[in-house]
Amino acid sequence: MPTATFEILRGDANEGKFETYTLEISEGMVVLDAILLIQAKYANDLAVRWNCKAGHCGSCSAEVNGVPKLMCMCRMSDIKLDKPILVQPMKAFPLIKDLVTDVSWNFEVKKKIKKFKPRPPDAADGTWRMAQEDIDRVQEFRKCIECFLCQDVCHVIREHQLQDKFIGPRYFVHIAGLEMHPLDVEDRREDLKKTDGIGFCNITKCCTNVCPQEITITDNAIIPLKERVADKFYDPVKRLFAKFRSKKEQ
Amino acid sequence: MNAYDTYNYDVLVIGAGGAGLRAAIEASAHGVTVGLVCKSLLGKAHTVMAEGGIAAAMANVDDRDSWKVHFTDTLRGGQYLNNWRMAELHAKEAPDCVRELESWGALFDRTKDGKILQRNFGGHKYPRLAHVGDRTGLEMIRTLQDHGIHQGVEVHMECTVITLLKDGERIVGAFGYERERGRFKTFQAKAVILATGGVGRAYKITSNSWEYTGDGHSLAYHAGAELIDMEFLQFHPTGMIWPPSVSGILVTEGVRGEGGILLNKNGERFMFNNIPDLYKNQTSDNEEEGWRYIQGDKNAKRPPELLTRDHVARCIVREIKEGRGSPHGGVYLDISWIKKKISNSEEHIRKKLPGMYHMFKKLADIDITKEPMEIGPTTHYMMGGIRVDPDTQMSTMPGLFAAGECGAGLHGANRLGGNSLSDLLVFGKRAGEYAAKFAKEYGDGTIDEKQITDAAKWALEPFERDKGDSPYDIQFALQEMMQQLVGIVRNETEMLRAKEHLGLMSQRAANARVVGNREFNPGWHTALDLFNMLTISEAITMAALERKESRGAHFREDYPDKDPQSGKFNLVIKKDADGKMIIRQEPIPEIREELKQLIEEMK
Ligand SMILES: Cc1cc2nc3c(=O)[nH]c(=O)nc-3n(C[C@H](O)[C@H](O)[C@H](O)COP(=O)(O)OP(=O)(O)OC[C@H]3O[C@@H](n4cnc5c(N)ncnc54)[C@H](O)[C@@H]3O)c2cc1C
Ligand code: SF4
Ligand code: SF4
Ligand code: FES
Repeated sequence: MPTATFEILRGDANEGKFETYTLEISEGMVVLDAILLIQAKYANDLAVRWNCKAGHCGSCSAEVNGVPKLMCMCRMSDIKLDKPILVQPMKAFPLIKDLVTDVSWNFEVKKKIKKFKPRPPDAADGTWRMAQEDIDRVQEFRKCIECFLCQDVCHVIREHQLQDKFIGPRYFVHIAGLEMHPLDVEDRREDLKKTDGIGFCNITKCCTNVCPQEITITDNAIIPLKERVADKFYDPVKRLFAKFRSKKEQ
Repeated sequence: MNAYDTYNYDVLVIGAGGAGLRAAIEASAHGVTVGLVCKSLLGKAHTVMAEGGIAAAMANVDDRDSWKVHFTDTLRGGQYLNNWRMAELHAKEAPDCVRELESWGALFDRTKDGKILQRNFGGHKYPRLAHVGDRTGLEMIRTLQDHGIHQGVEVHMECTVITLLKDGERIVGAFGYERERGRFKTFQAKAVILATGGVGRAYKITSNSWEYTGDGHSLAYHAGAELIDMEFLQFHPTGMIWPPSVSGILVTEGVRGEGGILLNKNGERFMFNNIPDLYKNQTSDNEEEGWRYIQGDKNAKRPPELLTRDHVARCIVREIKEGRGSPHGGVYLDISWIKKKISNSEEHIRKKLPGMYHMFKKLADIDITKEPMEIGPTTHYMMGGIRVDPDTQMSTMPGLFAAGECGAGLHGANRLGGNSLSDLLVFGKRAGEYAAKFAKEYGDGTIDEKQITDAAKWALEPFERDKGDSPYDIQFALQEMMQQLVGIVRNETEMLRAKEHLGLMSQRAANARVVGNREFNPGWHTALDLFNMLTISEAITMAALERKESRGAHFREDYPDKDPQSGKFNLVIKKDADGKMIIRQEPIPEIREELKQLIEEMK
């Protein structure tokens, strides 16, 4: 069986260094398997998050050879084994220990977003009617597993650390899911502009490229949201017109 | 008060899956303060992995469906060992619970007339599972999570409870550690709800994550509460088996609900060979009728692939044992064959089962729209658990409630697919409501400092040992042993051996050594989890030895038949005054007359 060498960042916020581990690679193995094997055999206290091992839960985000990824969906057979494989925690978030970072900021951001507010029910029994075509695009946004890889890779957070002015691509996806929800009647456009910092996004599409759920974050969520914001604030004709149309049809 | 961070709530909910979140939302809606504790980050609990759907008799697809049919399906599936009252409440209340999710923002797949779409699943007479492709659990947990964070529930993420706190016989709080820094936390509460999920980590091949170490079962048991039905552990018929690193990962029953068929290495559809009497009236005996059923023909009977999980898993094991298995020791599950029936089959499969398509493509290099999957049974779901009052969900200890997979009663000897997610909603809600009522009625209990210092001392002992085995080695040994000796096919000789092993492993676990410090140290966490895993393994083994028949998920090769006498009791486990595990038979509660008639009518 082939062997692979891993260099894994070990340490906490105070100090960290790469430790080297060598392992035999079996058929079908993913990076997370290797990490858990290393944990069981050589480093019982190696900190790592995981749950489903199937790309469903978004726990095992890390940077493998510098690329943000879910470790459970990253096949060893897709990695060149002639050089050591570098495994690091997500860089945009404060390090707790080894591969585990403090992602609590994300949970705080979500709390501040105005929650779902449905229109009154359509039917007497308190239920609604929606056509599948009308929910397809929102279902795309609701595929998000909150892995925060898009947050990790976005330069506004990663390089410029504008966390207090910018909510990040994950939450634009979340807001898009609410704003385009056929039942929702809340208006989040002012927040998008003023507190959520959608203007900081310059559509580099890095977020879309890393999304393991293949959500087209920029084209399907951010750009339409930007347009809605622009409509509301900058176009007096459309603004007037908008008064006579429901927000959902725009 | 003690030296540790202390929090005070009216209701403390332990577990943030579907059951815990629903309970927390409900308790909070009743105007009490609520704390919520979970081992992982919020939204990562097992519920997120559920794929197929939520069972609720909304009759959106087939108007012949009703709570009555759902009720009788659930009892038939559970081989009549279910708590009938829970099954009744569940069948009646599930539809409203699903609609409530929609009012909180969930977006289920739709019927042509714009209602919530429902799909076929094993053991359900009519299409009954509300779903979103094959990621229903994600939709459910995210909806509850997003709703819950606006309800004033205080969440303690990555915090593990290691003991419940008692004031006499009443539960008045919990004590645990937070993973990040390894610091202890004390939670005082007027009522405590356990919603900790299942036990599958005690087995080698499982669809369950590291979290499923039976904590709630074990916490309740050691506090003095009763467990019930512990012999009934569900092995899901279709887990991935190849490559080895993915073995155990679940392949949703939705594949069969959409027309997937099971084949042995000779290409034979072996499920036709053995249809149990209980289901003869409802199961088709030919391919053509089975396909019509999948297509929604109301007069067709369902294909045998959609029989209950216990039965399908056993048929698969039989095929493998008799030499008709696939190269890697499983059988084939094929959905690609529907290309013979519909023109756009590839697109249809990708639309209906996107997660499965993606997963096989990525992890096994298999395109399920073109070729069959190789699958085999995987440890999946615990029917047994904390014994609760069917209406209030209170355990046998005052102030302690349980809901979701760690509670028991609804599913009897075998759970129907989809009946768990609905269970979480119906009984999570009830637990929240009654825990809030309990909290309002009774004041604060008294926290006993000694219980806290004892637990803290116990938790830190592994750091003091300089000899002893690695907790992972012990965990692997336990998983291997339970898989071999108390697995799908059981017998007395093997289970007696298992008991001996468990004794030895308990000693090893008590001497396990951990390296490193208290900061986010999974080795330490595993060492503590072992205690719970061993407790529930002992309970499973004891109950499985005691039930001398084969019924539902419990199959004994030394007693291969159903025994009518054994069908009259549940097995109840409790810790006696000397700390020993004891087991007793308890007659099944007498079922209400009108429901009895209903069962007869629907037979
Ligand atoms: C892959 C898969 C697919 C499934 N598909 C379906 C399906 O389609 N339909 C269906 O009905 N069912 C399905 N099931 C079953 C169903 O998902 C689970 O039974 C259900 O989600 C359990 O929910 P729960 O709320 O009881 O527990 P979980 O969602 O597992 O939550 C348990 C919570 O308890 C916490 N916890 C545990 N121990 C402690 C502790 N000591 N201290 C603090 N917190 C603790 C955990 O951190 C977690 O937050 C599936 C299961 C799996 C594994
Ligand atoms: S497209 Fe916008 S949100 Fe996405 S990474 Fe680039 S700047 Fe960030
Ligand atoms: S949008 Fe995609 S990358 Fe971002 S958190 Fe969600 S799943 Fe992850
Ligand atoms: S472990 Fe769940 S996404 Fe990787």
